[in-house]
Amino acid sequence: MNIVVLVKQVPDSGAERSLSASDNTVERGSASNVINEMDEYAIEEALKIKEAHGGEVTILTMGPERATESIRKALSMGPDAAVHVTDEALHGSCAVATSKVLAAALGTLNADLVLCGAESTDGRVQVMPHMLAERLGVAALTGARKLTVDGATLTAERQTDEGYEVVTASTPAVVSVWDTINEPRYPSFKGIMAAKKKPVRTLSLADLGIAADEVGTAGATSAVLESAKRPPRSAGTKTVDEGAGGTQLVEFLATEKFV
Amino acid sequence: MAEVLVVVEASAAAGVKKVTLEMLTIARTLGSVSAVVIGDAAALTDKLAEYGAEKIYVASGDDVESYLVAPKATVVADLVRRVQPAAVLLASTQEGKEIAGRLAVKLDNGLLTDAVEVAADGTATQVVFAGSTIVKSKVTRGLPIVTIRPNSVTPAAAPATPTVEQVTVEVGEKDKLAKVVERVAEQKGSRPELTEASIVVSGGRGVGNADNFKLVEELADLLGGAVGASRAAVDSGYYPHQFQVGQTGKTVSPQLYLALGISGAIQHRAGMQTSKTIVAVNKDAEAPIFELADFGVVGDLFKIVPQAAEEIRKRK
Ligand SMILES: Cc1cc2nc3c(=O)[nH]c(=O)nc-3n(C[C@H](O)[C@H](O)[C@H](O)COP(=O)(O)OP(=O)(O)OC[C@H]3O[C@@H](n4cnc5c(N)ncnc54)[C@H](O)[C@@H]3O)c2cc1C
Ligand SMILES: Nc1ncnc2c1ncn2[C@@H]1O[C@H](COP(=O)(O)O)[C@@H](O)[C@H]1O
Repeated sequence: MNIVVLVKQVPDSGAERSLSASDNTVERGSASNVINEMDEYAIEEALKIKEAHGGEVTILTMGPERATESIRKALSMGPDAAVHVTDEALHGSCAVATSKVLAAALGTLNADLVLCGAESTDGRVQVMPHMLAERLGVAALTGARKLTVDGATLTAERQTDEGYEVVTASTPAVVSVWDTINEPRYPSFKGIMAAKKKPVRTLSLADLGIAADEVGTAGATSAVLESAKRPPRSAGTKTVDEGAGGTQLVEFLATEKFV
Repeated sequence: MAEVLVVVEASAAAGVKKVTLEMLTIARTLGSVSAVVIGDAAALTDKLAEYGAEKIYVASGDDVESYLVAPKATVVADLVRRVQPAAVLLASTQEGKEIAGRLAVKLDNGLLTDAVEVAADGTATQVVFAGSTIVKSKVTRGLPIVTIRPNSVTPAAAPATPTVEQVTVEVGEKDKLAKVVERVAEQKGSRPELTEASIVVSGGRGVGNADNFKLVEELADLLGGAVGASRAAVDSGYYPHQFQVGQTGKTVSPQLYLALGISGAIQHRAGMQTSKTIVAVNKDAEAPIFELADFGVVGDLFKIVPQAAEEIRKRK
């Protein structure tokens, strides 16, 4: 099975994040950047499928030059190759434009299965898999917490607020995963060394036949008009329990009219 | 006045979801409200009317209900092309975002997700980066397609007498590629939906094991709230994943958030920072959760929580 895993580089969610003062895009230059956590689960799932059924796993990333760090890190887990779409004109791309670029890149990769995270930790838009399925005209099994592959048939379990759904489709398909699906492996030393030699192909917008003004800030379908830091919450009363902590808690709830 | 389409979210058990009432409330400030029901509308129309729907479009049948989401996006896109609405509002839920994403591609139109407010000119307010930053954004191509985060506004009734229109569903083969073979309801009792609850009681690793989560549930039930959990609690198997609050779980914004045995890591705060009132119980006086708690008790939750439960019972 030919699998492509979408990997996005994002600013570390454990650190302070901000929007750029000049154009209100996500500040990526100064941030400590990591692989979007959910995408590691997609990589793991791809490797497990390859181990069971054979095939090839390719990483696909759209992002600035420095996203190569994340691509190498992804490759060190075990995938075979990577494609990096990078172009100055992509800076500031909205989700709609990003999906256009990724769909065009996927068009050159002939994937049976596209695996990706359910959402990215920077924008938390949670729309890319759906947009790609829509553009490619293939099935989408989104938000999977379990995936089984039987020949060309995919079956996924999908968490809902009421319980879960069992959904099925045939390849080619896009499957997005939550972090409940597996436990991603750590790259081994051998994996890290091997990753340095794995092929990473770079694609520009011209290679994909997309004009610069269809993407980036120029082609954005939405814009951030203004942004402001929220004033941090301040700490209120803190009491040490000396035997009546529970009662005091309820007294507080009562003054706030919760009981 | 142009129509504003509100894509209704409802559940078999609870009927029209609260987020739908919030969307109807917002929609009234943007135009004439038209609710779009995908599925059976009979049990929903009264509520939609009460909250100001002037029109209800209903799309039902196997073609939309047996397949995953794609047909719903087609139905909404067809409606948009036909009625040329001023805006489309959807819920910021898994399904709402999926419809929105597909709709944006179909119409080559911008979209905004997780809005907490929408101004009359379509400008949306979003809270991003773990609740640390507020942005105002606008769709610059096409009409505003905006998903609304639950618990953003207080639903206000505004009774209307809607006309109901059955829309014909014409979905192509491309929309029928992902089939739903089974829907399994998992027991969750009578507690309110996590993202919509006005009170959320969450437990963390400090709760110690799955059995002890009964304490968290008991307090939640006494307060009429929902139960949440930190990722450490979920990863340790104390509580199911759909109740996880935070960066990789649900975002909640209740009136009251009670954190029991939760340290308050930045990724947890990402999902609860915008709660109106925060109360924390933690035995570590230095736990970061206290930095944002309006009321904090330093101590052992196994003593404090049962005592609090007892006190609430006494007051009832
Ligand atoms: C990319 C990424 C995404 C993440 N997403 C999420 C997310 O969505 N949600 C989330 O919650 N976390 C998330 N995390 C994990 C997060 O960083 C923390 O590890 C997690 O929130 C810790 O959970 P906790 O507070 O329950 O556990 P701990 O940090 O272990 O805290 C337990 C607390 O309980 C207290 N305690 C122990 N016993 C008692 C007692 N008897 N009485 C009172 N207090 C007691 C301790 O003092 C301690 O403060 C994410 C991490 C990453 C890297
Ligand atoms: N620029 C990108 N490059 C590669 N994959 C991406 C990119 N943006 C989004 N994705 C994928 O789409 C998933 C959902 O992202 P989002 O819709 O942005 O929340 C992510 O987990 C990635 O797998």
